[in-house]
Amino acid sequence: MGYDPQNPMADRITDIGPPHYDELMPPVCKANFGKWLYHEILQPGVLVHVSETGAECYTVRCASARLISIDLIREMCDIADAHCDGHLRFTTRNNVEFMTDSKAKLDALLADLSSAKRGGRFPIGGTGASITNIVHTQGWVHCHTPATDASGVVKAIMDEVFDYFTTMTLPAQLRIALACCLNMCGAVHASDIAVLGVHRKPPMIDHDAITGLCELPLAISACPLGAIKPAKATNEKGEEVKSVVVNAAKCMFCGNCYTMCPAMPLADPEGDGIAILVGGKVSNSKSAPKFSKLVVPFLPNNTPRWPEVTAVVKKIVEVYAKDAQKYERVGEWAERIGWEKFFEKCDIPFTIKSVDDYRLAYNTWRTTTQFKFTSHIK
Amino acid sequence: MPKHDTPLLDELEKGPWPSFVTDIKRQAATKPECWDILGQLELSFKDRITHWKHGGIVGVFGYGGGIVGRYSDVPDRFPGVAHFHTVRLNQPSGMYYSTKKLRAICDLWQKYGSGMTNMHGSTGDLVLLGTTTPNLEPLFYELTHDLNQDLGGSGSNLRTPSCCLGKSRCEWSCYDTQATCYALTMRYQDEIHRPAFPYKFKFKFSGCPNDCVASIARSDLSVIGTWRDDIRIDQKAVKGYIDGTYKPNAGAHAGKDWGKFNITKEVINLCPTKCMWMEGDTLKIDNAECTRCMHCINVMPRALRPGAKQGATVLVGAKAPILDGAQFATMVVPFMEMSAENEYEDLVNFIESLWDWWMEQGKNRERIGESIQRVGLPTFLKVMNIEPLPQHIREPRSNPYVFWESEEVEGGFDRDVREFRKRHKQ
Repeated sequence: MGYDPQNPMADRITDIGPPHYDELMPPVCKANFGKWLYHEILQPGVLVHVSETGAECYTVRCASARLISIDLIREMCDIADAHCDGHLRFTTRNNVEFMTDSKAKLDALLADLSSAKRGGRFPIGGTGASITNIVHTQGWVHCHTPATDASGVVKAIMDEVFDYFTTMTLPAQLRIALACCLNMCGAVHASDIAVLGVHRKPPMIDHDAITGLCELPLAISACPLGAIKPAKATNEKGEEVKSVVVNAAKCMFCGNCYTMCPAMPLADPEGDGIAILVGGKVSNSKSAPKFSKLVVPFLPNNTPRWPEVTAVVKKIVEVYAKDAQKYERVGEWAERIGWEKFFEKCDIPFTIKSVDDYRLAYNTWRTTTQFKFTSHIK
Repeated sequence: MPKHDTPLLDELEKGPWPSFVTDIKRQAATKPECWDILGQLELSFKDRITHWKHGGIVGVFGYGGGIVGRYSDVPDRFPGVAHFHTVRLNQPSGMYYSTKKLRAICDLWQKYGSGMTNMHGSTGDLVLLGTTTPNLEPLFYELTHDLNQDLGGSGSNLRTPSCCLGKSRCEWSCYDTQATCYALTMRYQDEIHRPAFPYKFKFKFSGCPNDCVASIARSDLSVIGTWRDDIRIDQKAVKGYIDGTYKPNAGAHAGKDWGKFNITKEVINLCPTKCMWMEGDTLKIDNAECTRCMHCINVMPRALRPGAKQGATVLVGAKAPILDGAQFATMVVPFMEMSAENEYEDLVNFIESLWDWWMEQGKNRERIGESIQRVGLPTFLKVMNIEPLPQHIREPRSNPYVFWESEEVEGGFDRDVREFRKRHKQ
């Protein structure tokens, strides 16, 4: 039968939902569902989970670029067919995992993944006290509101810190995330190191296009700071049109107006770039979840490898690796030594941009006489 | 479609991390529109700005979500990506695949799309990246008829729910995250596919407080596994950690010499409530003082396990910063039993009362966490009929501005000022 364009609603199927996971799990996971006793990391990227039945599930975790082709997925399927009874999975951080139920199959799997024919496409790592894959967004390859690229920046950073992916030498796991604009569809606001695309120029108003394209009240109410007001303007035909005006002094460059009104573009090659935020975490382990804090307000979009960004990330990672105590996440370390020490140790210039003046800002101001005398105090 | 020169992107073929540029080039052999993906991306690297137009509303008949429209702003130069719509496929719980299933998806995308994907999108969907408007209906037909799969959510819908891998390969999961995620996804297909909310709404299910799907940071409804009895201890295994038989933290720190494992320094002193101690070579835990943070269990997985009386803590209202600033989810229900037998009745009732209130009170593009901020947690607890608990707050308020209601005060608010003046001259 197949789809009939003349009759698109014929025998239509809707709302069937996702496939049931039961049919998709490896047999060892299905047979030992809810029976797992403990796990161990045998080497970087290789885990064993042991069941109360005595069964073992060996997992090999491999990097992926997240933006991947169907040819590469088919190659992953070939590997899973050869070694894993035709099953594989992906992690929430975009790694691919191959699972087997015996040590012998594991050895064959590892040999295959590391073999020359795989061309280095499947680096193994990302477990334990390592830097695992960077959760990220689309960037210039697909998004309409980005202030930076995503896949390119991620590739540049991971090349720089690659040794931390394949080893487990850090005080704790270190999670990097990237979002290419403040909408943060990558939710980077609770990451050890967050790489965030930011705009720095207020929106332009396209008076020739705004009529009919935008609901002006929605555009006006989209601004959290009331910087957008209704105004009359003249279009290129010389007609007076209802439009808006932006009070640049009030603009915080969030881009929410552009989301609501395509006639207010704000992206710009010089204006856009990357901010670095540090010290967030999601896990409830030891300390409560924390937000990432802004330590570098802006670095340029220096394509194709963002050297200023990778240098800051690498510096933070290296200082943390040397200075933090075992089990301490980046944010816990920064809080223990004090943020003034964090800036000093990481050689990051402290600027007024790190002092909060948005809502709830008061919570971040210091209201105690307890602080450390660092080089900031002259 | 011809190959374009991509000197900037070619730089990203160097280095040890897998290169998406190399991968796209490889795919171009059978999907030549991939050359135009690279061509337009190279232009963005040169211009340092995106070349995608704002938005574009496309979809399949009867759905108001699942497809994200995208158009090139330089379509004449890169006709292969003139339309470049995204298709979100609802991923299976735990993101497990059979190769048969995955190959079928690849074949579908070979036929109807660019050949490029995201495994996976931030919310969890399997994202098929780049197709044209005329391809959408035939793709959807084959997806539902031949692959037995469906689209996920986008826009002001319930977004595709997601979960950690739960009991399928983790010893810590305190409820069946996969089953819960699947059951609620199936129950709320209408809400996923047809927008009815003020804004997006996300469910995320984590099996334990380590929260591997980051539900506490980014979901409107965050369900995190927990327990309410005692941590299960295997004292023999505790000794195994102390004498070095077992590697601490499951071997997570094996790459560096941190010295001999020290249970006092690495477990007992790092416990946030200081509720653990050694009596001789026996580990003791005052479980009434424990806040179930997972640290001791993370460090000694062979010796310690979550308690056996398991369920979940339910939190509400996390979101990224746009617009009022980032919010973590607020703890609302300390403990809820998660039972497939009663079809998650407690959770379903909770969700539906959340939605009833938010759909009436939420403003356009206001996440539920922002709605709660706006009305205040006390008002939210009252409308949800939830008894206030000290667990709802980190600390009591430090200002005295209580919104007393008339019926709470003896005699009420109505008073006669003339009667007052008889006793108190102006």
